[in-house]
Amino acid sequence: MPDTVWIGTRKGAFALRPDPRRRAYRLSGPQFLGHVIHHVVQDPRDPKVLLMAAKTGHLGPTVFRSTDRGRTWKEAAQPPAFRLAAEGEKPRAVARVFWLTPGHSSEAGTWYAGTAPAGLFRCTDAGDHWEPVAGFNDHPMNAKWASGLATPDGEFLHSILVDPRDARHLYLAISVGGVFESTDGGRDWVPLNGGVAADFLPDPTVAFGHDPHRVEMHPLRPDRLYQQNHCGIYRLDRPASTWIRIGQAMPKNVGDIGFPIVLHPKNPDIAWVLPMDGTKVWPRTSVGGKPAVYQTRDAGRSWRRLSDGLPEKNAWLTVLRQALCVDTHDSPGLYFGTTAGDVWASPNGGESWRRIAQHLPEIYSVTFAI
Amino acid sequence: MNCTVRVASPLRSYTGGAASVTARGETVAELLADLERRFPGMRFRMIDEQGDIRPHIRLYAGTRELRSLAERMGEDRVLHLICALSGG
Repeated sequence: MPDTVWIGTRKGAFALRPDPRRRAYRLSGPQFLGHVIHHVVQDPRDPKVLLMAAKTGHLGPTVFRSTDRGRTWKEAAQPPAFRLAAEGEKPRAVARVFWLTPGHSSEAGTWYAGTAPAGLFRCTDAGDHWEPVAGFNDHPMNAKWASGLATPDGEFLHSILVDPRDARHLYLAISVGGVFESTDGGRDWVPLNGGVAADFLPDPTVAFGHDPHRVEMHPLRPDRLYQQNHCGIYRLDRPASTWIRIGQAMPKNVGDIGFPIVLHPKNPDIAWVLPMDGTKVWPRTSVGGKPAVYQTRDAGRSWRRLSDGLPEKNAWLTVLRQALCVDTHDSPGLYFGTTAGDVWASPNGGESWRRIAQHLPEIYSVTFAI
Repeated sequence: MNCTVRVASPLRSYTGGAASVTARGETVAELLADLERRFPGMRFRMIDEQGDIRPHIRLYAGTRELRSLAERMGEDRVLHLICALSGG
């Protein structure tokens, strides 16, 4: 099957299909025109299956499922929803399904979903019936971890990571709340934010309350985590529990603020970020109007600017946390989408870039499917 | 009691494109339950898991706005499912 780059936008889903040499791309869509599409994710255990996180401006959140690589879609019979609030308890209702993660390779049909407000949900039937993960949503500390100190679009639960060695070992992240870890399949959770800055809080040494924008685990070295945070870029090599701010090695005039981070599929030392301006009032646009991807090849000890083909000036791009992805080729291709509706591609790991789509709606996510 | 239900366009993917359907019930909750039986998934897009009407959904019995699922249709025989504008 041809590769597909799925584009989730504020007004529907689109697909870009490259030729085998990744030189020409064919755009198809929109599907679900007018729907807010936060994430479109393929099941690596069964590549015919994709899930899509959706809502509209009017209608509540849901999940659509495809079993034919995205040609047709069917709505989940039971979308993610919190349990009914007990008497006197603050009621929670899912406003948007924000993040989708396939479960462990040994658990066919299992998926996780993260929502706003922050909730964790699981299904075991390939996205049809979702249940709350009580161990997180009803954890005695949940009200403090998911404090409601939200981003403008809500408090997101995202970056749900499943250890490929152990289906019971999970990580997740909340903006704003921090990174959390479970070693028992989601029954109990502990914060994992040591070493991470929280410049926006009065106490910078808090155990939680941080703002991870995206967290990634390397599939071939699952003890290695990377994090693009509101306050910098970090790496953590377990079993250590103190993150190292590898963004300190970024050029000072660029900084280490941004939303996405993605990893080389084979080499745990290689990662890419897309820095945004985090100075003064936090414009969160390309620094100086000069977009660039930065790559590390030594696990964050040094960074290299990759901007060949990107606009050289007067380009104030914003790229959201789900809108940068890497494909699975030996020489990985990179793709990112902007809030202005452009999609950029690099067939050579970021060395050169080309715009492959424009005039799309505001792009929320860019994901790769085989 | 049978009521006519006027369905806003964003919800018509559930009714096979029909702009008007019928439903049986005395209260909003009963009418929506009947709709859900016939058009699975429709209710959750309008009503959240706590039983609250979603922010950009409005329900009317005739010209009378219904603020909760417990409200009765009374003499009105037309339930309007309205999608209120939600920005650009």
